[in-house]
Amino acid sequence: MSGQAPHPAPILAVEGLRVRFGGGTQAVRGISLAVNRGETHCLVGESGCGKSVSALAVMNLLARGATRSADRLAFDGTDLLPLSERQMARLRGDKMAMIFQEPMTSLNPAYTVGSQMAEVRQRHRGGTRAAALDRAAELLAKVGITAPGLRLAQYPHQLSGGLRQRVMIAMALMCDPQLLIADEPTTALDVTVQAQILRLLLDLQRELGLAILLITHDLGIVARMAHRVSVMYAGRVVEHATAAELFAAPTHPYTHGLLDCVPVPGRTRRDVPLGSIPGTVPRITAGFTGCAFRERCAHAMPVCAGEVPLRERVPGHAYECFLPADWPQRSAA
Amino acid sequence: MSGAPPPAIEIRDVAKIFRQGTGAFSAARFVRAVDGVSFAVPAGGCFGVVGESGCGKSTLARLILGLHPPSSGDILVDGRRLADMDRRERARLIQPVFQDPFSSLNPRRAIRDIVGLPLAAQGIGRAERERRVVEMLERVGLTAEMAGRLPAQLSGGQRQRVAIARALILRPRIVVCDEPTSALDVSVQAQILNLLAELRRELGLTLLFISHNLAVVEHICDEVAVMYLGRVVERAATEKLFHAAAHPYTRALLASVLTPEPGLGIPDVGLGDTYPDPANVPPGCRFHPRCPIAVERCRSETPLPRMVDGRQVECLLA
Amino acid sequence: MRRFASLRMASAGLGALIVLVVLIAAIFAPLLVPHDPFAQDLNARMVPPVWMTGGGPDHLLGTDQLGRDYLSRLIYGARISMLIGVATVITSGLIGITLGVLGGFFGGRVDDVVMFLITARLSIPLILVALAVVGLVGSSLTVVVMTLGLLLWDRFAVVARTTTMQVRTLDYIAAAWAAGCSRSYILLREVIPNIVHHLVVVATLEMALAILLEAALSFLGLGVPPPLPSWGLMISEAKDYMYFSPWVIMVPGVALFVLVLGINLLGDGLRDMLGATRDA
Repeated sequence: MSGQAPHPAPILAVEGLRVRFGGGTQAVRGISLAVNRGETHCLVGESGCGKSVSALAVMNLLARGATRSADRLAFDGTDLLPLSERQMARLRGDKMAMIFQEPMTSLNPAYTVGSQMAEVRQRHRGGTRAAALDRAAELLAKVGITAPGLRLAQYPHQLSGGLRQRVMIAMALMCDPQLLIADEPTTALDVTVQAQILRLLLDLQRELGLAILLITHDLGIVARMAHRVSVMYAGRVVEHATAAELFAAPTHPYTHGLLDCVPVPGRTRRDVPLGSIPGTVPRITAGFTGCAFRERCAHAMPVCAGEVPLRERVPGHAYECFLPADWPQRSAA
Repeated sequence: MSGAPPPAIEIRDVAKIFRQGTGAFSAARFVRAVDGVSFAVPAGGCFGVVGESGCGKSTLARLILGLHPPSSGDILVDGRRLADMDRRERARLIQPVFQDPFSSLNPRRAIRDIVGLPLAAQGIGRAERERRVVEMLERVGLTAEMAGRLPAQLSGGQRQRVAIARALILRPRIVVCDEPTSALDVSVQAQILNLLAELRRELGLTLLFISHNLAVVEHICDEVAVMYLGRVVERAATEKLFHAAAHPYTRALLASVLTPEPGLGIPDVGLGDTYPDPANVPPGCRFHPRCPIAVERCRSETPLPRMVDGRQVECLLA
Repeated sequence: MRRFASLRMASAGLGALIVLVVLIAAIFAPLLVPHDPFAQDLNARMVPPVWMTGGGPDHLLGTDQLGRDYLSRLIYGARISMLIGVATVITSGLIGITLGVLGGFFGGRVDDVVMFLITARLSIPLILVALAVVGLVGSSLTVVVMTLGLLLWDRFAVVARTTTMQVRTLDYIAAAWAAGCSRSYILLREVIPNIVHHLVVVATLEMALAILLEAALSFLGLGVPPPLPSWGLMISEAKDYMYFSPWVIMVPGVALFVLVLGINLLGDGLRDMLGATRDA
């Protein structure tokens, strides 16, 4: 996963992305991230941290009442910011595709799987319906569906949750996308099916050189899937690093606390309570300054109410906190 | 064995069959949600039930809570038949905590009334109720001031604490937790698990803990039953089960646990793309269509539960 | 989005204002009317309203073909309309909600019976039966209320049944069973408070419908008997004169339209307000 040559240019580059909701809530507060070609970038955080909103903002799919702004938003060298809604629509589902948590709500119940898949292909690439259906059958086989011909003629409600998610993935691949944005793609599925779907995504990435922006709350998925990780808290990326770095040396107190919360079979002891983070996420409105985590942080200091520095632990591993990079070792001693 | 306390929960060959599609023009389908399950939970124990959606674990929870009558079999709570108890008596003995803290609290009632509901059902007066509600709210980590709020004014974790307070206010001996942390964030899940473990120790509770999250079950339970299509396919002490599973389905479940350890990749659980349907249980071993090690006789011969190496397994090949 | 929300609030407020004004007119009618609504004055027939030539301040909305003060009749007519609306909603609501909640809560055989009753009721042609009953029994206020009340419960039953079915499966109902609550407690304290906001909307729709149906029956001469000043009856009596004196039909017509609009606006607003506490 590491040791590859440095990537020339990321397929998706986001700088200073902000999203504001109608009520004055600042959902995303100036985040930057880069998704490299052929890599999986995980955006991890708890509910309400702004991870899904960030993805929707990139795709320009925010609900009415939400406004986005960014210093830079580039996909494959194209600046997305000045694009019209129609130009964005041409890009979505073509060069950049998205899959969601609940496949049932993103599939149209009134059309067969085949006709929905063919429609995507024809809308973006033209061609005959027969050719599009051939392509659909080929992709269904690729995502591990036996008897693709039969499934093409079925309606979404005739499929199980796992099959639907496979169909969604196949549909996202109809136009050979370069970037796949997956928003909690396995949260609604059983654990065994989750493992199958994630394995499929890894296989497809290897085979097609796909870049994946994977949004999840599950640190287990992050550890197993990600090349790079951005940890989000209250609309900010508070730490980003390679997956290996992040799990070996979590440095932001929030990341640290989050990892302590997860029970690991064979590692956490039953008679010892799990680590936990007290309190709840604050609502961030205009005028909020300082570190949003300070009220829940055991290491908070008076300076935390001011501008928080972005520190580098090692090249490629940065965190937004006043604490020195070696604080976990110091406090353990 | 006389003199030994009876098990907190004992279920004997319990089945629950639901009838689906009762329309005049459609043939009725019978869903065998729970299909002959037996086990006993000792007083003070924590018994985990794991399995995928549709395996019958939630139906089992509802049967043990007395919310549905079983189609056949016996459920004994504290040595007495559940069916013979009156509702107030049952409520004093066994209480639930459900998965979704949004749908498990009545959105139109104040926290005070939600937590005090079991007391009201026992006919306990207002002043006494108020005193015990406040005491219990503080015990589960909430403040007395929250008693006047509505559920919508609380966070998910706080709501689940309210649900736990309601479950414990009658000081029951047994609490049935149906996926109590699945709807919560990781940091909140840890808070709730710690609270449950603490309360269990302090009050000597017996917990029946139903979950799809094996890591959570491993952390909190002494004994685990693995359910598949309405049957318990393996039951063993937690250490034993997690150390070396005997049933191929348990092995697949364990393989699919994704621990936060980078570099391990995603394991191949080897289950193919067929999914279990409780309305259409396959003949023979019900796991054979998905089983990576199934042989010819698994298609026709139904396995019976056997004791192998101190654990109960339902597999012809174990 | 916020502008949209405030527009909705404004329309709900307008609805509430209209209903309130009509309600006050109905309750305090004897104190408000400038003339006796039944007193005929054959010397002052068909006096136009004050804003038309020939009108005067004595009869603000003019007089009808028998010289009765039109404003006074309109105010007394509000009484009849509101009485019919409220009484019908209470009667039909009691029938429909009871049936719907029982069917939705118990399911099985009980629900089969409720569904049969709803289907049977829906296959009865409303206006025809109302006409037949009033024609047979004779027209009086009580007969109109009872007929409409016994016919307009279907929507209450359908909405109460489906919402009860949804609420019944929620975990807080399961928790109440497990808490040892009795069946009637669960029905009255846990189920019904959570479906009320749907029923309020139905109540406003049914009230508007009852008022319109009464007007229709009175127009056909089978509603409230003359000389009671029902708005429908006023329209009916005015239809012979509408070509030369259009106000006689416009005044009660506009009143009816405004009242029904007001009730519907209020219903929409109530739905938004009562439904809001459900979702976090």
